[in-house]
Amino acid sequence: MSGHVHKDYIGAKFGMWLFLFTEVLLFGGLFILYAVYLARYPQEFISAGGELDVRFGGGNTLVLLTSSLFVAISITALRREKVRLAMGLLGATIGCAALFMINKYFEWTAKFSHGIYPGSEHFAAMKPGEVVFFNIYYLTTGLHGIHVVIGAIILAWTMCLIRSGRVNAKDWVILENAGLYWHLVDLIWIFIFPLYYLVLH
Amino acid sequence: MSEASIPASAGRGFFGEAPYRGIFGWIFSTDHKRIGLLYFWSIVTFFIVGVALGVLIRLELFAPGETIMGAQTYNAVFTLHGVIMIFLFIIPGIPAAFGNLIMPIQIGARDVAFPKLNLFSWWLYMTGACMALLSLFTGGGPPDTGWTFYVPFSAQTSTNVSLAALAVFVLGFSSILTGLNFVTTIHRLRTDGMTWTRIPLFTWTLYATAWIQILATPVIGITVALLFAERVLGTGLFDPTQGGDPIMFQHLFWIYSHPAVYIMVLPGMGVVSDIVAVFARKPAFGYKAMVVSSLAIAFAGSLVWAHHMYTSGISDLAVMVFSFLTFIVAIPSAIKVFNWLATLYQGSILLDPPLLFALSFILLFTIGGLSGLVLGSAATDVHVHDTYFVVGHFHFVMFGGTGMAFFAAMHYWLPKIYGRMYDKTVATVSWVIIFVGFCILYIAMKVVGIQGMPRRYYDYIPEFTGLNQLATFGSWILTLGLILMFVNIFRGLFYGEPVGNNPWGGASLEWQIPSPPPTENFGDEDPVVTHGPYDFKKAGIL
Repeated sequence: MSGHVHKDYIGAKFGMWLFLFTEVLLFGGLFILYAVYLARYPQEFISAGGELDVRFGGGNTLVLLTSSLFVAISITALRREKVRLAMGLLGATIGCAALFMINKYFEWTAKFSHGIYPGSEHFAAMKPGEVVFFNIYYLTTGLHGIHVVIGAIILAWTMCLIRSGRVNAKDWVILENAGLYWHLVDLIWIFIFPLYYLVLH
Repeated sequence: MSEASIPASAGRGFFGEAPYRGIFGWIFSTDHKRIGLLYFWSIVTFFIVGVALGVLIRLELFAPGETIMGAQTYNAVFTLHGVIMIFLFIIPGIPAAFGNLIMPIQIGARDVAFPKLNLFSWWLYMTGACMALLSLFTGGGPPDTGWTFYVPFSAQTSTNVSLAALAVFVLGFSSILTGLNFVTTIHRLRTDGMTWTRIPLFTWTLYATAWIQILATPVIGITVALLFAERVLGTGLFDPTQGGDPIMFQHLFWIYSHPAVYIMVLPGMGVVSDIVAVFARKPAFGYKAMVVSSLAIAFAGSLVWAHHMYTSGISDLAVMVFSFLTFIVAIPSAIKVFNWLATLYQGSILLDPPLLFALSFILLFTIGGLSGLVLGSAATDVHVHDTYFVVGHFHFVMFGGTGMAFFAAMHYWLPKIYGRMYDKTVATVSWVIIFVGFCILYIAMKVVGIQGMPRRYYDYIPEFTGLNQLATFGSWILTLGLILMFVNIFRGLFYGEPVGNNPWGGASLEWQIPSPPPTENFGDEDPVVTHGPYDFKKAGIL
């Protein structure tokens, strides 16, 4: 290969935005199912949704919103050559991701201990609409949880690139794209939180 | 892909500049032409496997009752034929192979916007393909659901649907990444003077296609992921005993899979647009109408998915709305057909093999499209739903359309890429054989479908024997023609006469550079475009 190096920041961000569209559409399928089944089983959705604990959901919302703030500040910090601050903020973001997952672990464990999981006897005894609600709840928040983990891995990888100097104050588009991805993870939660934890109460 | 067969004296272009030794120079190369050829050879291999399976289906249907295989094997064979042809041949066929080979050159770029991502897409494609093939020999045996994976059967069958569903997810991811790569490339990497109205129509259709790939493919991703979860985790979102609705699977499946039909056919339309203009030596008639109709097909095609579901129990109102929307798609499609004919009108036509394949696209696609109206209209669809009429219809548009366009693209662009020409007389003969075999095979299918033969059964009543045997005869003729065509073109690519830069007299950028093209396509200076892609006078062709 020749030494022709092509750098196109607008193109790189453009590509990232297109990818984010595809993520929105991926979750879109689940939101469509939510809408259809909510219309079909409004009573069951309310009775099942009432069992979700708004403190878990609300706590995780705060955690994710804070983490998005950290990422946004870290980009500005890196551009102003405050590399240590940027690294610290990214570390804090990954910490928030861990906090989110720990919170989720306790939330799901509590549900499981009440016998609310696919295949359990308690599950089989519930009304079909309630079963649908918990199935879609597990799948949506589970898929979102996977995205939180992926996002944290991407941020950790970006930290490695900053440490090695490949991402720096002059060349920071990878950090910005990683940040965009993290904001998307946050944004999807902003839709999940009210749909599952608030409107059904 | 043997490089040794291209002598240094012929100017080996990008063949002579491998980044690594041997096979690694291909599978780790980020050059769009090398990736395009990786796709091309992978796709052709899978196509040949798919044809072999298709011939097996026809052999089984040669006589009523069990002919060469039992019912379960037959289910697996037609499922595999569908999965391979749809996900491994038609969807990636023209965009991933010829899009990668030609599109960056047509817009004056040195590569796509994200070359490493492009290579990653091919690796994902091969991973998905291997998973699909692995599903045949592992788990509970080859999937027997048909390529549509409809629940509840797909959620209950003991065959290895789980792995096949994951394979579709991975293949979809590959398709998404190619799509976003192409959209970004076309937006960002056009050279000086390559305005939006100077982009060749092939690249325009790739642009429209890429948007569908980006916007529709994630939906099938989540659909097959949910099917996987239903089988593995027991989260029955489509299971009525858990309150789910199987119809929702069909909706989500077709929200992707109908637009996917336009992923399949739009690039073929682009190939035909380019070829018709070049071989008629006239500017493409109605260039802007062609561009708008491509985008209109992409848009309207996203709103018609439920026309696959008229008999599934959706409401009458929904049936009428989707039937109406389906008819709207016919308008931009017809604009294209009329514009191709208008381009040919009073042109100085060169009847070379690429144009012959392009002309058969126009004819067969039109027949297939018109039979689609029979299916789009709800009243008639109810009678022919799930019959061989449907099978005949989609083979006319997919094989007669996209397949022919793929062959046209092979005969049009591969001499450019390899720098050598095949035997045109043999190519013409093979085209005649393919065309005759095609018509016998699929017209017989349509007729037997009108008579009421249902699809997807390995057996049929004796009254259908004659037409089924006729179709099987046709499949033999078609296969013979395909063998002749492939042998001729591949022999030509490696041993044929060297061609110059511009064997067909094209005016777009790919014909202005050497054959085979050098690694970064253009020398030290980027090209500057001063005229449209079909301005043969200014390009000095006429």
